[in-house]
Amino acid sequence: MDLNRRTFVSLGGSAAGALALGVPFIRPSYAQSSPLKLGVLLPYSGTYAPLGEAITRAMELYVKQQGGKLVGREITFIKIDDESAPPKATELTTKLVQGEKSDVIIGTVHSGVAMAMVKITKEDGVPTIIPNAGADQITRGMCAENIFRTSFSNGQAGFAVGPAMLKAGHKKVVTATWKYAAGEESVAGFKRSFTKGGGEVIKSITIPFPDVEFQSVLAEIGSLKPDAVYVFWAGGGALKFIKDYAAAFSGKIPLWGPSFLTDGVEQAAGTAGNGVKTVGHYVESLDNPENKDFTKLFIDAYKLPPDVYAVQGWDTMQLLDIGLKAVGGDVSKRAQLNAAMAKATIASPRGPLRFSSSHNPIQNFYLRELRGGVNNYLGIVEKELSDDTTGCKLA
Amino acid sequence: MFALGPGCPGFNPGFAAPGMWTLSHMDLVLIQILNGLQYGLLIFLAASGLTLVFGILGIINLSHGSFYMLGAYAALTLTEPLGDVFRALAVGIPLAFLFGLAIEWLFIRHLYKRDHLQQVLLTFAMILIFNELQQTIWGSHPHSIPTPVYLTSTIRLTETLSYPVYRLVLTAICLALALAMVFVIQKTRVGRLIRAAESNREMVEALGFDSQLLFRFVFATGVALAAAAGIIAAPVESAYPGIGDKVLIISFVVVVIGGIGSIRGAFVGALLIGLADAMGKVFLPSFASVMIYGVMALVLVLRPAGLFGRA
Repeated sequence: MDLNRRTFVSLGGSAAGALALGVPFIRPSYAQSSPLKLGVLLPYSGTYAPLGEAITRAMELYVKQQGGKLVGREITFIKIDDESAPPKATELTTKLVQGEKSDVIIGTVHSGVAMAMVKITKEDGVPTIIPNAGADQITRGMCAENIFRTSFSNGQAGFAVGPAMLKAGHKKVVTATWKYAAGEESVAGFKRSFTKGGGEVIKSITIPFPDVEFQSVLAEIGSLKPDAVYVFWAGGGALKFIKDYAAAFSGKIPLWGPSFLTDGVEQAAGTAGNGVKTVGHYVESLDNPENKDFTKLFIDAYKLPPDVYAVQGWDTMQLLDIGLKAVGGDVSKRAQLNAAMAKATIASPRGPLRFSSSHNPIQNFYLRELRGGVNNYLGIVEKELSDDTTGCKLA
Repeated sequence: MFALGPGCPGFNPGFAAPGMWTLSHMDLVLIQILNGLQYGLLIFLAASGLTLVFGILGIINLSHGSFYMLGAYAALTLTEPLGDVFRALAVGIPLAFLFGLAIEWLFIRHLYKRDHLQQVLLTFAMILIFNELQQTIWGSHPHSIPTPVYLTSTIRLTETLSYPVYRLVLTAICLALALAMVFVIQKTRVGRLIRAAESNREMVEALGFDSQLLFRFVFATGVALAAAAGIIAAPVESAYPGIGDKVLIISFVVVVIGGIGSIRGAFVGALLIGLADAMGKVFLPSFASVMIYGVMALVLVLRPAGLFGRA
């Protein structure tokens, strides 16, 4: 046999490719029926492991629900644990982009890891979707054609809290957070909307990251006697702060923050959490058909309700699906794929979702109050809020 | 607080309103002293085990923070069935002691004659193993441990600020444990042996004491102390992954400040660190993260062997 396998494949592939170009609705060609490789960089160990797990579950559920294929192409997830360790991010991303030749990169949770990841994928041009990390720069100065975010930016999430606190009648507030990028971006976003609306931040307290000895912060808040307090903490630190805060002020000074304050610790906070108000882009009890369907699907599959991270994972796949449909599953058409994703409008469980010129979500923000171990929905604070795109030259 | 109106943008209450500020300023100082002492005593409990093991066994035990972490998670598991964190403490301490004996027999005893690098290697591996165990058994979500119902009340310190009674009880327990430890070490036969072994291990062996047994006892005591700190702190600290790492680092700082092997040094060092941390956060916030290391550097410059260490 003169015709060896390799020649056959490349000839056949290009012939089919040519056909696919000419006739868009033809069955996927050989090249495209090979599995689509999704390089997934997420934390599967450490503090952020539950977030990585939730995102992954929702993404896999989406593919399963579409019959195991997107636009006719099998999906292979290549998952790497990034350990939320920025020093390892460059090596691991390179492994996914160049080693595994991933068609699309999805990641991650930790902002520092995401920044390192984005530097590589921006240069390579591989379509990249960020399902959580909120570093402002990613959709500001660092923005790129091929980089998308389905979660939030830290500044945007902080910004959304300002109007809600003003509306609640709080004029003088103290802010507190860890002295690290996410916390400072969050507070900066909050200050922008809060002071613009006539509020005053009388003091911004920071403590070293990830210190959880909060008594000093509480003593200082006690001596400043603000109308309310805005904080950015997450995970174990958030839980401890909520409890310490309740013991110190027993409800006398309202506690506010972006949704990270209470997400994941609703139950553990117990009665100490009662009355903590947060603003976020998702509430479990949101009354829309997408959320109901998604919640049911997720519970059927995993026997537990989805959280905001699962929603972000779900929307990551919805966004990718829209992009893939536009190019008929041919990921080599990156420009068209990116353009389709940039214009995407998604019916998300969180409500309508589309993207700013810098590819950050434009989405609703909701007011929630923690009571009885559940974040209760209190209404919309900001409808279709965008983030500013300072430094981004995309249009 | 008239001066804090929106008419004074960028206004700094620390300097511009002496009349109003002084009172709350004094309050703040006093409250911070209280916070510092309370935090310091808790650190002492964790650091005392480390300094004993370090001083007497000559072992650099990086997994010390893991025993604190295991204590916190033991509190999580035991408090529910036993109904009270103090009962969890009563059960947890002997358990931790037995666990310490087992760990010493399995791993640590092979390290006494080896160099520090190998000790670091093994005890670092133990951190990874314990962290992995914690993930497997308890998962990575933060958990809360209930404060005993009869101690959930608070004491009013100022108009707005209250102080949880449990924290005061915690301080009292730490103080009691510290005194008990000083008593054991200064007044009892075991204590004399420990002190003797600390100053001259070979001589103690030459006099016919089984240093192996003594070492096992000391190591297990160290584990029990760290776990006890983890358990009683659990209602205020909660239990979450990585909780032991910070404890380890701060314990090392305390041991270095106090002088290796010195319980008294650990006590003074811990209070110093607690106060420096509390004051630094409020009065020198920009330096808060380096405050305790600044104190450590200062002590090392003035007394290279630590406050109570032998040069």
